[in-house]
Amino acid sequence: MYKYDQWDQAMVDARVAEFRDQCQRRIDGKLTEDQFKPLRLMNGLYLQLHAYMLRVAIPYGTLSGTQMRALASIADKFDRKYAHFTTRQNVQYNWIKLEDAGDILADLAKVEMHAIQTSGNCIRNISSDHFAGAAADEVVDPRPYAELLRQWSSFHPEFSYLPRKFKFAVIASETDRAAMRLHDIGINIVRNDAGELGAAFYVGGGMGRTPMIAPLVRDFVPLDQLITYAEACLRVYNRYGRRDNKYKARIKILVHELGAEEYTRQVEEEFALLLAQNIEPPIAELERIRTYFEDPAFEAGASVKLDRSDPDFAVWSDRNTHPHRQSGYVSAVISLKPVGGIPGDATADQMRLMAELTEQYSFDECRVTHTQNIVLPHVRKADLFALWQRLEAAGLGTPNLDQIGDIIACPGLDYCSLANARSIPIAQQISERFNASGKGDILGELKLKISGCINACGHHHAGHIGILGVDKKGVENYQLSLGGSEAEDTSLGKITGRGFDEAGIVDAVETSVDVYLAQRQDGERFLDTYRRIGMEPFKEALYG
Amino acid sequence: MVDPAQNTLRFRDDAPAGDPAVTLEAFTDQSNALAVRIEPGEDARNLLPHLDRIRLVEVNFPTFGDGRGYSAARVLREAGYTGELRAVGDVLVDQIAFMKRCGFDAFQPDQPLDAADVDNALTRWPEVYQPTTDARVPIWGLRHGGDNG
Repeated sequence: MYKYDQWDQAMVDARVAEFRDQCQRRIDGKLTEDQFKPLRLMNGLYLQLHAYMLRVAIPYGTLSGTQMRALASIADKFDRKYAHFTTRQNVQYNWIKLEDAGDILADLAKVEMHAIQTSGNCIRNISSDHFAGAAADEVVDPRPYAELLRQWSSFHPEFSYLPRKFKFAVIASETDRAAMRLHDIGINIVRNDAGELGAAFYVGGGMGRTPMIAPLVRDFVPLDQLITYAEACLRVYNRYGRRDNKYKARIKILVHELGAEEYTRQVEEEFALLLAQNIEPPIAELERIRTYFEDPAFEAGASVKLDRSDPDFAVWSDRNTHPHRQSGYVSAVISLKPVGGIPGDATADQMRLMAELTEQYSFDECRVTHTQNIVLPHVRKADLFALWQRLEAAGLGTPNLDQIGDIIACPGLDYCSLANARSIPIAQQISERFNASGKGDILGELKLKISGCINACGHHHAGHIGILGVDKKGVENYQLSLGGSEAEDTSLGKITGRGFDEAGIVDAVETSVDVYLAQRQDGERFLDTYRRIGMEPFKEALYG
Repeated sequence: MVDPAQNTLRFRDDAPAGDPAVTLEAFTDQSNALAVRIEPGEDARNLLPHLDRIRLVEVNFPTFGDGRGYSAARVLREAGYTGELRAVGDVLVDQIAFMKRCGFDAFQPDQPLDAADVDNALTRWPEVYQPTTDARVPIWGLRHGGDNG
């Protein structure tokens, strides 16, 4: 894992001091709320429906046991003994007092963490593949590139007042586990025919009210030009992105309105000028960062056998592990989606247990996934049963990875001041219903995603089944969409038709699932069947 | 209302240009103006053919959240402009460190800034992560030696 040196630490410490000073000036009346708002947002502090919410950055979703434990302590000390893991691999606290914010940031800084740029119209936390460094199919570990981008984008003087927020995702495999093309910039680290590494840049993707899949802008940026190219992409956006309408201010609208070709032309022009400015970090810096992401000391010849005699363990192991490139190891996924639970929530006690298991079984490293679960990336197969028993005892052994119960849901109207409808109760009812009927077990992969408003924090556009909560004359109403995907076959879901009330949407999900069960052919997932048979059979069943 | 000119902070040793800044449109129509003001929607690159005679560029920030002026400043400095670059308008103390990094060397805020707050803001950051034309060596340069590493 990356470790701060004295300079990284000094920057984070300076940020804590700066934020304390800003809070004091707000209290002294030297800053108006309008002036203070962007400053607190750039430190992750939102004013929500009932309290302040603090969003803490987890760069590329990677945490040590010590860091996970510190997050648990913050939940105990300053919140209600739980925290919420988010779709951008971050963690949020929902019940924060403004006067505690400085102390929380100071606690975070002690474990090399912060809330820098987790909100505001700036470059946000860089997300990545949650199986990075472990997956058998990756070209390289994408995280060193994400770390380089993290440093470059931190306190960037030119890009801290962009038209709108800006999100990067960095992956390095054909399989996309990070919704890469649904980001403002998606980077895929690839190898060219000459065997050299470079970055494919996809620019202008996003969800929200105008979902777009990012077009490829450059298929190969050499690694010693990576930062310069990113700077060019951002500069064109900062200069020409729309600022007249908040809903049209994301880079996807600029790329769409200019056309990908014209946007690319402008970026290339800017890039040529910036190359002469010599702003690229030395390649030695990338080498230095890479040393922090070298393989841990895997046991050579670790046993590949798995004792599957416990049937519950066998199910969990089949569903919640991912192949590791090191023989005798797997990546294990801890589901934060217990039946009827709140997707992504974990109690402080559960977080402490996960910290301990991280240290004991996974070389002191865990990951937050954008699907709001936790990964232990490097677990010996020989340890898997013991690990599962500990998880099971703490309510963390739900065997539902990528199944209908593994729902992404935003906080919705239970917390969020932007929401039009509740998301959490819908998620709870769906997972309870499919668990009770046993149908959840026979569906296979089915990604269901729920957003409580058009901003799409719950990724509903990318759900095999998506649900969008809207406000219809003061009543919560839910639109159903089908056929979205956030994976390498990225697609946007299509709305089935008129919306449903709270009870109706749960029925509508079941109706859609029944169409799939009746029509599916060998080995087809819900998404495959939908793509083969189209919307009509679903509409017919839903609306008659 | 205080005259904003009295709020001006300058980080240059030369005498200020006395001329009032004209609009970009007026500037391109006449060959003798020495001071020009650019607005957020205007392309600072239109000034590039004239940099050798310009003594003052004012970049207007009608609201502090409109960050186009940061790019305008860097574009001018990267092209070799060495005259005064002044941020005017809704310029707040929490933005001036970034503005300075982008090449601004004078500030004319609508509302006066507290001198101690300015001092704090400009000395707060021990180091920087990115190179700009302000010539500060970024952290990756410190790690590996050399100007930019």
